[in-house]
Amino acid sequence: MSELFYDAAPNATRVAPERAKPRTYPARPEEVTLFGTCVVDLFFPEAGLDAIRLLEREGIRVHFPQEQACCGQPAWTSGYVNEAREVARAQLNLLDNGLPVVVPSGSCAGMFRQHYREVFADEPDTLKRVDDLAERTYELTEFLLHVCKVDWQDLGQPTRIALHTSCSARREMNTHLHARELLGKLANVTRLDHDHESECCGFGGTFSVRMPEVSGAMVLDKTRSLRESGAVEMVTADGGCLLNINGSLEKQHQAFRGRHLASFLWERVSGEAMS
Amino acid sequence: MSQRIPVTELTDSFRGRAVGALADNQLRTNFRVAMDSLMKKRADAFPDEEEREGLRELGNHIKARALSRLPDLLEQLEAKLTANGVHVHWAETTEDANRIVHSIIEAQKGTQVVKGKSMVSEEMEMNDFLAERNIECLESDMGEYIVQLDGEKPSHIIMPAIHKNRFQVAKLFHDKLGVDETEDVNELIQIGRRTLRQKFLEADVGVSGVNFAIAETGTLLLVENEGNGRMSTTAPPVHIAVTGIEKVVENLRDVVPLLSLLTRSALGQPITTYVNMISGPRKADELDGPEEVHLVLLDNGRSGAFADAQLRQTLNCIRCGACMNHCPVYTRVGGHTYGEVYPGPIGKIITPHMVGLHKVPDHPSASSLCGACGEVCPVKIPIPEMLQRLRQENVKSPAEHPKVKDGGAKYSRKERALWRFWVTLNTSPGFYRLFLWAATRFRKLAPKNVGPWTENHTAPVPARRSLHDLAKAHLNQGDR
Ligand code: SF4
Repeated sequence: MSELFYDAAPNATRVAPERAKPRTYPARPEEVTLFGTCVVDLFFPEAGLDAIRLLEREGIRVHFPQEQACCGQPAWTSGYVNEAREVARAQLNLLDNGLPVVVPSGSCAGMFRQHYREVFADEPDTLKRVDDLAERTYELTEFLLHVCKVDWQDLGQPTRIALHTSCSARREMNTHLHARELLGKLANVTRLDHDHESECCGFGGTFSVRMPEVSGAMVLDKTRSLRESGAVEMVTADGGCLLNINGSLEKQHQAFRGRHLASFLWERVSGEAMS
Repeated sequence: MSQRIPVTELTDSFRGRAVGALADNQLRTNFRVAMDSLMKKRADAFPDEEEREGLRELGNHIKARALSRLPDLLEQLEAKLTANGVHVHWAETTEDANRIVHSIIEAQKGTQVVKGKSMVSEEMEMNDFLAERNIECLESDMGEYIVQLDGEKPSHIIMPAIHKNRFQVAKLFHDKLGVDETEDVNELIQIGRRTLRQKFLEADVGVSGVNFAIAETGTLLLVENEGNGRMSTTAPPVHIAVTGIEKVVENLRDVVPLLSLLTRSALGQPITTYVNMISGPRKADELDGPEEVHLVLLDNGRSGAFADAQLRQTLNCIRCGACMNHCPVYTRVGGHTYGEVYPGPIGKIITPHMVGLHKVPDHPSASSLCGACGEVCPVKIPIPEMLQRLRQENVKSPAEHPKVKDGGAKYSRKERALWRFWVTLNTSPGFYRLFLWAATRFRKLAPKNVGPWTENHTAPVPARRSLHDLAKAHLNQGDR
């Protein structure tokens, strides 16, 4: 198509950013910071711990700064820019030490990688640090796959699972591809597709409480297609979606459940069945 | 399963209408089936991802370039059209546009109008305006004809009657036209066609929309699949085209990629059955065509979006409908839930500029920001980013001078105070850890009913120990 671009360069009007080039990955570092995310912190802490174990298994020393909190996403998506910026600044300062940052949640990683640029759009000096953070932020599955280049032996029994990927992670960072490839390394795990797999589970942060009826209809459809996929459980690398999907399944009195991908992976490669 | 709280007091809101739509199983099936098929058609029309992405980028650049020169291009368009013998009219509001259209019809002493599909005429509510003045305005697009017959509004910008299946259409035709009930789609189309043919011959004025207005040549380009657009613009003695100011593009060369993006994104077609290029009234040596051609250029809030470099991207839109076809919210609640002319993601980002946020306060929040719309938009409008920006404008206090018409519709001191508290919590590590400690320690006391969340879910229960706690014990090392 390029010859058709002729003099299409615009002036004074925004154009879409250039398509992201495939990311290049560094060699395995000795140390990383784990940014746990607030949802994992409070509701799925085992998953955070399993993420640490998976990283340590690769010979990496993991730091977990006790000063970390939320990445700022809820306020940002609700339109409270100043509030989001204050919280984002606290995390930015905390993570400003050059270490790679691994995040066990696609949407929070996306916040660092994509949206901090918008949050700090008016602060050129901060933007340099924002870009630096974006450059060294990795979603967990991406990090395990491309930086650690894990070589795993599957110690678990044969099983069938469905994979759910949060929309932001899928569309901003292709994490569904990372997770698929990672799961593909597990010899006894069959990943089954589910109906309308790329469709949103209906969480959307505050959307789930501002538009509960629409959100509820979405999660009902999502849980149905997951159950009907033939999988025995669902795995996801996103705390928000997990909270939404499991909360809905429990409300429906379904036995089917989802769990965090980090916990699933740790169970397969360590041979330890989690409580 | 979950108990639905009656939201009767909300019936005149997005949420209230959504509740009604969600309860209508027929409607939901109609939309799901139709949207699934449209998504597949689009996917099949773009087999090569590289080609598709290159073309979308090009489309984005062309529209951005046109917008960056919008005032100039509009002037050039007016000059060229005038030279071609087309009368150009400018309308700031829909009221102005209607008056212009009415005065043209009146000058002809016209009483009958046939209309090709035009969303701008819907925006103007032209049919009602003319009906009040005893002018019959008949929709000639099959979908538009169906919704007009049923006294409804379009529920999709490309397929106005997509909320109805063929059985519902059969019943409608039977009830309104007194024909035998038939479920044969072809027969249904023939019934509509017979009724319309006669009207084309009788009409005093034909009205149409415009897909692209080409500044360099003064050409109005109109795509359609039924031939009704061509009939409406050529059979009656007078043709009035109505369009928004953002439809202008620089030259014919720009149209080629945009047209390909439009037809493939909309219905998965390589090209539409009809592509009409209108460059003026009938010339002395021509056998057919209207004696008079008018173009009404409507602003209706578009210049407000244009004034903001970020929101201006909204005006890239070429009205293909792909964003709604791929929207999980639209698929479930249908077009009428949006309560205004343009539904779906594009409706959510353009309507506030037209009618103001006070009238559509829920538009920006009725989205999970899943991004499916932005992913398919052929001109790469960052729709989620637009929604997020509108949310910002929606919660601003009057002192913060919202930049969108009637912004601050959702400003609430109470909510602002809650977010301030959230900031304190997340920027004071000691306080945050205390919160984690309390939430995990007293997890059994977590409320069982947490507002709307527990309509669809059980209440979330905090873990026994937080990750802060577990990580500290596990790592057993100094914090970094
Ligand atoms: S916003 Fe994009 S996808 Fe939606 S109708 Fe406009 S051009 Fe099509």
